[in-house]
Amino acid sequence: MAGVTLRGVKKRYPGGFEAIKGIDLDVPDGDLCVFVGPSGCGKSTLLRIVAGLETASEGTVAIGGRDVGALGPAERDVAMVFQNYALYPHMSVFDNMAYGLRNRGAARPEIEARVAEAAAMLDLSALLARKPRELSGGQRQRVAMGRAIVRKPALFLFDEPLSNLDAKLRARMRVEIRALQRRLGTTAIHVTHDQLEAMTMADTLVVLNAGRVEQVGKPADVYARPANRFVAGFLGSPEMNFLDGEAGPDGRIDFGALGSLSAGAGARAPVSRKVVAGIRPENLAPAEGDGPDRLSLTVDFVEELGAARLVYASREGRRVVVHTAAHGGWAPGAPLALTAAAGDVRLFDPQGGAALG
Amino acid sequence: MPPRANLRAIALHAALILGAAALAVPIWLAFVAATRASADFVAGDVGWLPGPHGFANFWTVLAAGDSADGLPPAWPMLLTTLVVALLIALGKIAVSLPAAFAVTYFRFPFRSLAFWTIFLTLMLPVEVRIVPTFQVVADLGLLNSWAGLSLPLIASATATFLFRQTFMSVPDELTEAARIDAAGPLRFFFDVLLPLSRTNVAALFVILFIYGWNQYLWPLMVTTEPRFYTIVVGIQRLALAADEGTAVWHYVMATAILALVPPVAVVVGMRKLFVRGLVETEK
Ligand SMILES: Nc1ncnc2c1ncn2[C@@H]1O[C@H](COP(=O)(O)OP(=O)(O)OP(=O)(O)O)[C@@H](O)[C@H]1O
Ligand SMILES: [Mg+2]
Repeated sequence: MAGVTLRGVKKRYPGGFEAIKGIDLDVPDGDLCVFVGPSGCGKSTLLRIVAGLETASEGTVAIGGRDVGALGPAERDVAMVFQNYALYPHMSVFDNMAYGLRNRGAARPEIEARVAEAAAMLDLSALLARKPRELSGGQRQRVAMGRAIVRKPALFLFDEPLSNLDAKLRARMRVEIRALQRRLGTTAIHVTHDQLEAMTMADTLVVLNAGRVEQVGKPADVYARPANRFVAGFLGSPEMNFLDGEAGPDGRIDFGALGSLSAGAGARAPVSRKVVAGIRPENLAPAEGDGPDRLSLTVDFVEELGAARLVYASREGRRVVVHTAAHGGWAPGAPLALTAAAGDVRLFDPQGGAALG
Repeated sequence: MPPRANLRAIALHAALILGAAALAVPIWLAFVAATRASADFVAGDVGWLPGPHGFANFWTVLAAGDSADGLPPAWPMLLTTLVVALLIALGKIAVSLPAAFAVTYFRFPFRSLAFWTIFLTLMLPVEVRIVPTFQVVADLGLLNSWAGLSLPLIASATATFLFRQTFMSVPDELTEAARIDAAGPLRFFFDVLLPLSRTNVAALFVILFIYGWNQYLWPLMVTTEPRFYTIVVGIQRLALAADEGTAVWHYVMATAILALVPPVAVVVGMRKLFVRGLVETEK
């Protein structure tokens, strides 16, 4: 078991493209760390650098306090699950799981015991004689997990292992992987571009963008206090509403024709300044009475989700989404007044997007 | 079925039947000729239906021989040809698999030079380089030997290319999974690459076996001893004799039919793997 430490890691691909632009990161022992970010941000590259499948152009990687820069993937004591599972198509499920142990010279009884144990954990015991092509997608996924856990490695590396599954199965496997990792207590790095998967699974969330770390933290903290506009927009679905406004000395944000809202103490500016206000859809609610904190809009359309609904409203081309459990007169074309608590209005610098206050 | 689709099916089938017939008729005629007596050829009356001498002719050609016409039995020649064809086919596969492995998976100095050198030999089949190759084989003292018969035909750019193509279609993730599973290059080759290329190896074996079986010019040049005569050389010698008077065309045809049997058997026996090896792209 081991933590992972990255220091000043950079990766330039042949051809000059810099996929990783300098990353420092500490993943504590036993942690489930999730790398999340949009497609092409370098998640896989970073994971493969940790695995030893790719070499860092600069910087150091340590696993369990040991610098692994000079070691190949087999010597790093890591196990990886690939997006397409990369099962050996000609080997049975048993052989797929046993191959790494065999190559490491494990004795036959030990191999059988370990495979049986992993198969029982993953509900694969009845499938050991099958070939991968005779399995469903979810079963293949579990075999790939099995191949990783039989080895009892110091570190699990998961590269989007759930992205080929349908939504229901993905939700179930999310929970199973989470539980399995807890039970084994093995440090794991899980890569995904799915923010929901990232939020639900992570002990530590690492938001990546364009080869850089945007923010590291517990999922709830990162969600509640995004460090910048990118993180704020990336986490949460539907996306946070962003509205251009002007912050005055009284701590109110003026949105022009839409109205105004009061924001937290951090919003108070000695002189008026332009800001971008971010409000999550679930933090917007219909305004009661006629207080000053209100946005006046018109309902465009409503998306019914069953337990809740998304109300899209706009005014003068500026659109907001409200996520609400309330049923009510959301008729398209009807006027709508919305409000939000001061603490739920996050402010960002219009230049650069850093969080203010 | 709508009439248009009907017409289409009829036209397709007609084309297929015609094609099959065009290929089968000469073989049928050879078979008919192989069942006739010498006199039928002198009379110029062979016809379309088998004669009564089939068993006798095939027995004579295969096992007994016919000393009156200077005809040796064919089975030793068939055996020789089988050995040569197997040596060539297996030799080519044994050489080109590691060659393809090297140029696909390893970054060594002059890799592209090695690659293009292999590529160049594509333009140098044995017929083109026959004089210098003969010289080399003679200098090495390999005339009238199994090595002399097969070695110069074994180096194979075609097979190397095919295997390179096959290997490149193996997903990178599989290579990476094997690296994480602590499989070194040799383990990876034997445990992963080779089993995955099974159908391609089979398809290539069929093609190369037939290539080896049909070799004519090279065996004719490097062997003078009858025990190294291949069946194609044997047919040629028989045909020569037939031309010179004794009308043994029934024996020539019987030998030709016999020479057809092993390659056909190989194709039929490996048909399934062969077709899969040619059409399968997914790994
Ligand atoms: N072998 C390579 N050579 C050059 N550039 C590469 C190579 N592999 C990846 N890249 C580039 O590096 C960047 C990061 O790639 P990476 O595969 O790490 O993205 P990712 O975050 O995993 O994306 P996805 O979610 O789509 O898998 C991309 O812009 C990609 O084009
Ligand atoms: Mg990726």
